[in-house]
Amino acid sequence: MLTLKQTRRLRTLLLGTLAWLVALALFFPILWMILTSFKTELAAFASPPELWFRPTLENYLHIDERSDYFHYAWNSVVVSFGSTLFGMLLAVPAAYSMAFFETRRTKGTLLWMLSTKMLPPVGVLVPIYLLFKQFGLLDTKTGLVIIYTLINLPIMVWMVYTYFKEIPRDILEAARLDGATAAQEICRVLLPIAKGGLASTVLLSLILSWNEAFWSLNLTSSSAAPLTALVASYSSPEGLFWAKLSAVSTLACAPILVFGWLSQKQLVRGLSFGAVK
Amino acid sequence: MANLTIRNLHKVFEGTEIIKGIDLDIKDHEFVVFVGPSGCGKSTLLRLIAGLEEVTGGHIYLDDREITDMAPARRDLAMVFQTYALYPHMTVRKNLSFALDLARVDKAEVAAKVAEAARILELEPLLERKPRALSGGQRQRVAIGRAIVRHPKIFLFDEPLSNLDAALRVQMRLELARLHQELNATMIYVTHDQVEAMTLADKVVVLNGGRIEQVGSPLTLYHHPVNRFVAGFIGTPRMAFLDGRVTAAEASTVSVALACGPEYRLELEGRGLKPGDAVTLGIRPEHIQVCEAQASPFQVTLDVTEHLGADTYCYVRTDSGETLTVRAPGDFSGRFGDRVGLLPDLAHGHLFDASGRAMPKPGAPAQAA
Repeated sequence: MLTLKQTRRLRTLLLGTLAWLVALALFFPILWMILTSFKTELAAFASPPELWFRPTLENYLHIDERSDYFHYAWNSVVVSFGSTLFGMLLAVPAAYSMAFFETRRTKGTLLWMLSTKMLPPVGVLVPIYLLFKQFGLLDTKTGLVIIYTLINLPIMVWMVYTYFKEIPRDILEAARLDGATAAQEICRVLLPIAKGGLASTVLLSLILSWNEAFWSLNLTSSSAAPLTALVASYSSPEGLFWAKLSAVSTLACAPILVFGWLSQKQLVRGLSFGAVK
Repeated sequence: MANLTIRNLHKVFEGTEIIKGIDLDIKDHEFVVFVGPSGCGKSTLLRLIAGLEEVTGGHIYLDDREITDMAPARRDLAMVFQTYALYPHMTVRKNLSFALDLARVDKAEVAAKVAEAARILELEPLLERKPRALSGGQRQRVAIGRAIVRHPKIFLFDEPLSNLDAALRVQMRLELARLHQELNATMIYVTHDQVEAMTLADKVVVLNGGRIEQVGSPLTLYHHPVNRFVAGFIGTPRMAFLDGRVTAAEASTVSVALACGPEYRLELEGRGLKPGDAVTLGIRPEHIQVCEAQASPFQVTLDVTEHLGADTYCYVRTDSGETLTVRAPGDFSGRFGDRVGLLPDLAHGHLFDASGRAMPKPGAPAQAA
């Protein structure tokens, strides 16, 4: 028979192993992409795959030669941060009013907002394309910021709303009695309390905007094209070049991976906000 | 000065009328307690005064100003919430000074006021802590301190002690009473606990179903409840109610035959009653004596007894099936199923007519609205 302590230790061990296995399985494609990016095109194709190979920077040099990585990266940064900023500026007041001044229509509004995410984007591609053309927004960063703000807004409002809901009304009412205006109530009481949740909302919005490919491919060509468009440009004309494609994908992922790594503490705290009282 | 006047106040919430026309006067320096069962509207009434809910109809005046539709911040009231509602991201010092900072009070003055509140509430060693590092009682004191620093005209308390454990509740109750003396302030206090109401209040407002049942000093409510609801709500254990019929009614005496057997004569105004009317005799557990079965015409069967040390609460059943509580001495030795006699002290008896209205006693104070 195992003692209670041994059982507990065994359970920790098993759960730990399981967690590692799942994490490795999830990370494997990324690892494989990074490995492939350092192989020659020939080695990248080899079957069975070569696990031991002489790493080369050839692919990265090729990319640097063929396209201006920093131009695309800058576009990605501007568009992601821009749309996140505008999204938050709209989501916070919206969530505030819905969380603390609930009416009979609040639940319906929230569901309606979410329902817009259920429409396949391709269904509105033509009208949006024509609108963009009409307003001169095609291939502009402004255009992408607008469309990303709109597509991420429902999720952002929902997230912020959920975090706000966790905050007792009493605290805001106390602030109101203490003489706070609505703006002071939000800026000096509500936002600092919800900061973990807001940080994870910002992060999620950044990641979603960074990874978005459908609209960026269809609404940009060169001057406003973000990294997703750059990656796509490597897949088509001359057939598939796995090593180069891996290299450009690695470059596209790198900034957001680093960013996510740096803010993982905030992210975890934000996502588990409310789970622990 | 802080005289609060409420006139014909109504509150409708999503089609349901919560406050059904309330008139109330609260005088300077008074400690007023709103008490009533849950859902009676006492918290809503407090929130209407605070300005946290919109008034549907009626008026609220603070001294000569009408504050009915004024923003909460401009009413010059401070509120202590049931959940304390401290700002979790601020230290105790910032929690205390927040209102003053918003009002752009001079730094030195803020520091002085915070220091004063911290001294009164013994919060000095905790000033740099965050609320989560405080115990329940300490949080409660910070919440009170946050109200004190503002020197409001009226302090509002919304069930401030209900989240504390029993021992701490008694201690905080005493501290609140002391604070009221020390600050000489006007306070309005909401509770469902009638012991808090009795011990703290100068004036108790008993609410039920969105209406005021009675306003009066704790002892007035205890000795002269105007109706059966107030009689049953004030006092622990609860007043015993026994059904009966009037056998004779005169100007200053009423005779009642109880369903459970005995007939009693009470010194009460019998106006409006006539023989045969259904009435209820109310008598408090402390005004009934237990004796040998043969010594009284009122015989009952002993159910459970609870020994509290100084007293024994006896739960007894009458022959007509009513249950009531009697307070016996601590050394009472009756057992489950025993037959005992009861001797009610009829000078302390109350009589309620079929609509629940109390028959006036000689010497009862005139009922103020």
